[in-house]
Amino acid sequence: MSDTIAPSARRRKHGGTAKPPKAPKAASLWSDAWHDLRHRPLFIGSAVLIAAILVIAAFPGLFTSVDPLNAASCDLAKARQPMSGAHFFGTDNLGCDVYARTLYGARNSIVVGLSTTIVTAVVGGLVGLVAGFKGGAVDTLFSRITEIFFAIPSILGALLILAVFRTGNVWTVTLALAVLAWPMTFRIMRAAVITAKSQDYVVAARALGASAPRIMFRHILPNAVAPVIVVSTINLGTFIAAEAGLSFLGVGLRSPDISWGLMISDARERFLEAPAPLLFPALFLSLTVLAFIMLGDAVRDALDPKLR
Amino acid sequence: MGRYIIRRLIQAIPVLLGATLLIYAIVFALPGDPIAALAGEKRMDPNIVAILRDQYHLNDPFIVQYWYYLTGMFGGDFGKTFAGVPVTDLMAGKFQVTINLAVTALVLEAVIGIGLGLYAALRRGRPADSLILASTLVLISIPTLVTGFVLQLLLGVKLKTAGIDLFPIAGVTEGWRSYLLPGFVLAGVSIAYLTRLTRTSLAETLRADYIRTAVAKGLPRRRVVGRHALRNALIPLVTFLGADLGTLMGGAVITETIFNLPGIGQQLFSSVHLREQSVVVGIVTVLVLVYILANLVVDLLYAVLDPRIRYE
Repeated sequence: MSDTIAPSARRRKHGGTAKPPKAPKAASLWSDAWHDLRHRPLFIGSAVLIAAILVIAAFPGLFTSVDPLNAASCDLAKARQPMSGAHFFGTDNLGCDVYARTLYGARNSIVVGLSTTIVTAVVGGLVGLVAGFKGGAVDTLFSRITEIFFAIPSILGALLILAVFRTGNVWTVTLALAVLAWPMTFRIMRAAVITAKSQDYVVAARALGASAPRIMFRHILPNAVAPVIVVSTINLGTFIAAEAGLSFLGVGLRSPDISWGLMISDARERFLEAPAPLLFPALFLSLTVLAFIMLGDAVRDALDPKLR
Repeated sequence: MGRYIIRRLIQAIPVLLGATLLIYAIVFALPGDPIAALAGEKRMDPNIVAILRDQYHLNDPFIVQYWYYLTGMFGGDFGKTFAGVPVTDLMAGKFQVTINLAVTALVLEAVIGIGLGLYAALRRGRPADSLILASTLVLISIPTLVTGFVLQLLLGVKLKTAGIDLFPIAGVTEGWRSYLLPGFVLAGVSIAYLTRLTRTSLAETLRADYIRTAVAKGLPRRRVVGRHALRNALIPLVTFLGADLGTLMGGAVITETIFNLPGIGQQLFSSVHLREQSVVVGIVTVLVLVYILANLVVDLLYAVLDPRIRYE
């Protein structure tokens, strides 16, 4: 995540200097934010944690020789063993290695979190951009539609949508979460666009004869995207938690897929006598969510000092 | 005031219609045949199937079914389950559990959240403030799923073996005490948000001119903070709490599952699997109504908290 901020900040800086009146201020927001971020312990801590999680998610095989996707790696005779040199986190009810399963579970969490964030940011952001810019009937229509989505409790709504699919995998979970989450991005983008729309540089661009798409994407979008980035980063953590919750309820990922929520659900029956198979995925889940929420906090403080 | 309430209620109608239509359509799209599921493994007499299908309007097109449902609902009739029980009867007991849970959570949230936020705001920049801020960050990050099981293990089991039996860990057999632990678990993330919100809101109010005036008049600190600052800082907090009631009720399903509470979350879960449209839509409709009404009450409370706010 830390790398994605830097290049975009620089790109915006160059794009921004070409604009007449407000440009220097808009450009300095991004470079200021990056400069500010690099010196925040909160940002450095979360970036290190996220980097570690991403490495585990991408190459879990680097850290364990056990392949939990292979059913032969489990030995029912060795169920619920305590922590040992052979099994760092012990074994679960089916005799599978909890350490290996926890590491392999990272990928699905990250994939659901990232893809849901991207879908909601792109869909909510684009619809919000168009609705805020066009105003009138388009705006009214989409605003009413989002009101309906806001009134539906999200975890129950996701549960319903997933029940329609019957199969649960990372893509159906992504879809279910994104359907219910895009209205939030929509509202934030729309509000930011409406504020940006009346600025002098937009009036100037219009006076110079810029087309509507050009005004939207070159002038308004770079100046309205900051709050969306902040909310998306924080939401990434909550999407990961939501995936675990849905998998725990039995409508998210299903076995043989590995998911922290599913591991918690499986370990639940014997939890009081053998807590390790539940506590370790729970710890990794909490750390991952913490990392993204910390990052979101740091990015928000850097981008909008007023919100602190 | 009266006209404002009526206008708000009228504005809520499209939201209610849209939400029920959406949920009805999703349940309509669920795979499987509810009547076949009713019979289980046995083959049903085709005549009985035909009668049942007719009785539940299952042969009509989607929009006609929805119309039947809607007209019934406005007359207070939420329909019957496929087992013949009126949905309102079924929901009443389940909602009681979830309301108890959500209200316990809301009270814990208000007391702990505002208390901690107040303490932090009055000690801004000191170690206590930093400690509270850091712990809110951690509390926000730990999913309900994790707090639920960890607290169940620590408070329910470890403490009990140590001889201190404070919190029942499952079921609803011990009255309001049964709801304490699940209520806290459900409120967890909200407590953290409310603490932060209280701290920010109060810190801002404490900088206002009228606070300086109150201090300059020589009012005791307790009165300055309680009467002048807290009351004015309360508006965003009330908004948050009001909006949170609906969130807590709708988000209770995981907590209900962990603590074995027979609430609406669990009911919805099993009804989705049985494809009981009337129950699923009924539950969601009531939740949408709670959301709309809670927001309305919050808006009306503004005028009580801040006399400068007038409606119309």
